[in-house]
Amino acid sequence: MVDITLVWVVIIAVGLVGYVLMDGFDLGVGILFPFAPGEQSRDIMMNTVAPVWDGNETWLILGGAGLLAAFPLVYSVFLPALYIGVFLMLAGLIFRGVAFEFRFKASSAKSRRGWNASFAIGSMVAAFAQGAVVGAYIQGFQMDGLNYAGTALDWLTPFTVLTGLGLMAGYALLGATWMILKTEGETQAFAYRVTPWLLGAVLVVFGLVSAITPFIDAKVMERWMGTFEILWVLPALALLAAWQILRSVRRRHEGLPFVSTIALFIFTFLGLIVSKWPYVVPPDYTFWDAASSPDAQLFILIGALFIIPIILGYTAWTYWVFRGKVTADAGYH
Amino acid sequence: MELDPLLLSRLQFAFVVSFHALFPVFTIGLASFIAFLEFRAWQTGDALYTRISKFWIKIFAVVFGMGVVSGIVMSFQFGTNWSVFSYATANFLGPVLSYEVITAFFLEAAFLGVLLFGRDRVPQGVHVFAALMVALGTFISSFWILVANSWMQTPAGLELVDGVFQVTSWAEAIFNPSFWPRFFHMGLASLLTAGFVVAGVSAYYLLRNKHVEMNRKALGTTMWILLFAAPAQLVVGDIHGLNTFEHQPTKVAAMEGVWETERGAPFLLFAIPDSANETNHLEIGLPNMASLVLTHELDGEVPGLNEVPAEERPPVGITFWSFRIMLAIGFVMIAFALWSAWLRFRGDLFGSERFLKGLTWMIPTPFVAVLAGWFVTETGRAPWLVYEIMDHATGLTPSLTGGMALFSLLGYIAVYAVVFTAGVYYIVRIVRKGPEPDHPVQEPQHAKRPLSAADTPFNDNPAADARS
Ligand code: HDD
Ligand code: HEM
Ligand code: HEM
Repeated sequence: MVDITLVWVVIIAVGLVGYVLMDGFDLGVGILFPFAPGEQSRDIMMNTVAPVWDGNETWLILGGAGLLAAFPLVYSVFLPALYIGVFLMLAGLIFRGVAFEFRFKASSAKSRRGWNASFAIGSMVAAFAQGAVVGAYIQGFQMDGLNYAGTALDWLTPFTVLTGLGLMAGYALLGATWMILKTEGETQAFAYRVTPWLLGAVLVVFGLVSAITPFIDAKVMERWMGTFEILWVLPALALLAAWQILRSVRRRHEGLPFVSTIALFIFTFLGLIVSKWPYVVPPDYTFWDAASSPDAQLFILIGALFIIPIILGYTAWTYWVFRGKVTADAGYH
Repeated sequence: MELDPLLLSRLQFAFVVSFHALFPVFTIGLASFIAFLEFRAWQTGDALYTRISKFWIKIFAVVFGMGVVSGIVMSFQFGTNWSVFSYATANFLGPVLSYEVITAFFLEAAFLGVLLFGRDRVPQGVHVFAALMVALGTFISSFWILVANSWMQTPAGLELVDGVFQVTSWAEAIFNPSFWPRFFHMGLASLLTAGFVVAGVSAYYLLRNKHVEMNRKALGTTMWILLFAAPAQLVVGDIHGLNTFEHQPTKVAAMEGVWETERGAPFLLFAIPDSANETNHLEIGLPNMASLVLTHELDGEVPGLNEVPAEERPPVGITFWSFRIMLAIGFVMIAFALWSAWLRFRGDLFGSERFLKGLTWMIPTPFVAVLAGWFVTETGRAPWLVYEIMDHATGLTPSLTGGMALFSLLGYIAVYAVVFTAGVYYIVRIVRKGPEPDHPVQEPQHAKRPLSAADTPFNDNPAADARS
């Protein structure tokens, strides 16, 4: 018999990675926005993501709704526990989302600068808050039965600040390598320049997080120091991907840096999952404790199996429609 | 003073959802209008359709953007403020909202990119297809979200076992008793909203003799749609009301301001409901009309609010007055639709300045009616979250403190104030600037002229500017 819950773990995991990679690069473009070499570069940067950001962000909504459908305990514990953080993330997403439309409609240089800031700060805040969620997950939650019982700011600790900054750097790295792929001239040169630095920052944070996590959660220590030596292949592959980013940037490849960054993210993510497996609301609740009724999981699974391939199909098609380099004269509307 | 997280959460939910609701009703209708225009342009090759479409797509993009960002907030509201409710209803609402995402949101989002930016990158037929998919997506979205909401109003197909709802019949739950009336009522509301905005803006240009040909076409088409939709809304609204009367009689009692169960109840045109004394002040009513509408008998029995204990009654004043505001606007809309038919019959649809002025004044009314309608529906349901099964207080997040709720409520108000002001400002600017001039090669002298209302004086002679 197939364990539907396990199928859902895979779907949610794939959805989450999908979200992180896709919205990651467009949030990253926002994070790099203030440092761009000029206003024209900013136009180009924004145009590289304008046709696709809404679709990218839809993965986040699927994450929310999918968790409610398949793992309601996660939904009903994470959101109250991260109440303030969620508010900040949403506020950030609002400011950056409207900036796409408003910035190109602004006529004065001043209001344009305002929307530039809105785009950049919104992206940074959203990225930071998402990173802090990862940290909070690693830390675990104080529970009373099936309800969150901690206070408003339990999630905000030095550790979650670290993971928040780490994800900001990670998204910026995705954004930079995306820009290498999609732009040319000075914008691309800028992206090539910042990529190694961002990679350095990411590696430092990932290193610190990996070093600290086992001390926060003894189970993680056991997992990595235990008998599953095969697990070490994941960090090894992540490092390999990092090295590949550096090499391909040095050789001025255009697509490889982005692809390698994706690989870096995937291996890191898998590393995180195996660290905490099978706990989804740490310290006590597993995926199976958090699951909705098999009936509900099945009902949406049937639809998802049919519809998600179609979504992937037309999403890929839109990327195809907007393929190639984005140049300055590719006007907004 | 203790801050009450329950009250603040309710205020916050009402605020963010009302804010969100303003955009969908407009984009659902407008997406269909744009799809229609693109389709006609493709079929007839008439560039005028493309020109109208291009203009409205610009406005659509801004409104849609605001709809998306405020919608993302909604999908997390359930968890942040109503976690017990979310957990309890997850077996049903989870799949429903997930289906909304995979069948509607992805469709809208992906094809929106092509609709907005792809005109020169894909063949025209594909562009038309993209417009159709965006419109389809908005309707599918309203389908699922109204399933969710209707189920909370008239729950069916689930049973509560140990604090968690288990589905017993998907079909009964999805097509719950109040779903179809609500779906059609909302669909018509969307057509009316987009219709009156398009009509009002077209009238605004016609009054100023600008872009005359294009806006005559837009206005002419729209008034046909409104002529159908406005009266249809009355019929559907009536069916909707009867449905509510059957399933939520207490809500209807509040809508009608009936305290004591009575036969031959009047329809009150004016009253000041007084919950403390369980009576109305300054009543003015049409005798027997409420009974007639609700039971189709002049002396039919209308159950009063006192059928249920005081703590299970909704706030009467808000429900009562919101209902009247919606109705009044509905009737004014019908009047405008009939007026347009009369003018058209006389062959003078574009000649009556009073009619055109009136249309420009109508622009905000559909939004008011939509919010009023939702206030009837939602406050009339109080104190229940899931009707007669789970109340607001039970559904609230236990760890939520008044301080946290106040923080986020003020935060949302601040964020939305900025976003909304900017959005309205840019939309007004788009309208002021007018559509892009067509065929710049043929009419070079007009191509660069800024088409702002401010620098074009009112011109009484339509022929003078018919070229633009
Ligand atoms: C009858 C229509 C209707 C109603 C009552 C609601 N929505 Fe909505 N929503 C839409 C109709 C819509 C739409 C037409 O599909 C929107 C409007 C603009 C847009 O971008 O899509 C949308 C956008 C939208 C989005 C962004 C989708 C995207 O990225 O494309 C989310 C997450 C939600 N909504 C969620 C909600 C929730 C949780 C609601 C319940 C409280 C809700 N909406 C009420
Ligand atoms: C989009 C249009 C909508 C509007 C304008 C609207 C408006 C409102 C208002 C004014 C309240 C406050 C009632 C009160 O507390 O007295 C409310 C409550 C509520 N509504 Fe709606 N609603 C809409 C759609 C929905 C939908 C589609 C759902 C569910 C899927 C929903 C779920 C709720 C919930 C959970 C509450 C309880 C929280 C509260 O009482 O504030 N609403 N809504
Ligand atoms: C002309 C006569 C109209 C009648 C008789 C009517 C009737 C009703 C009734 C009885 C409800 C409440 C149903 C419930 O709570 O269960 C309702 C809700 C609502 N109305 Fe109307 N209505 C009319 C016009 C309009 C107009 C013109 C609009 C907007 C353009 C509108 C938009 C809404 C909305 C958005 C709701 C809340 C959602 C829902 O429950 O369907 N209505 N209407």
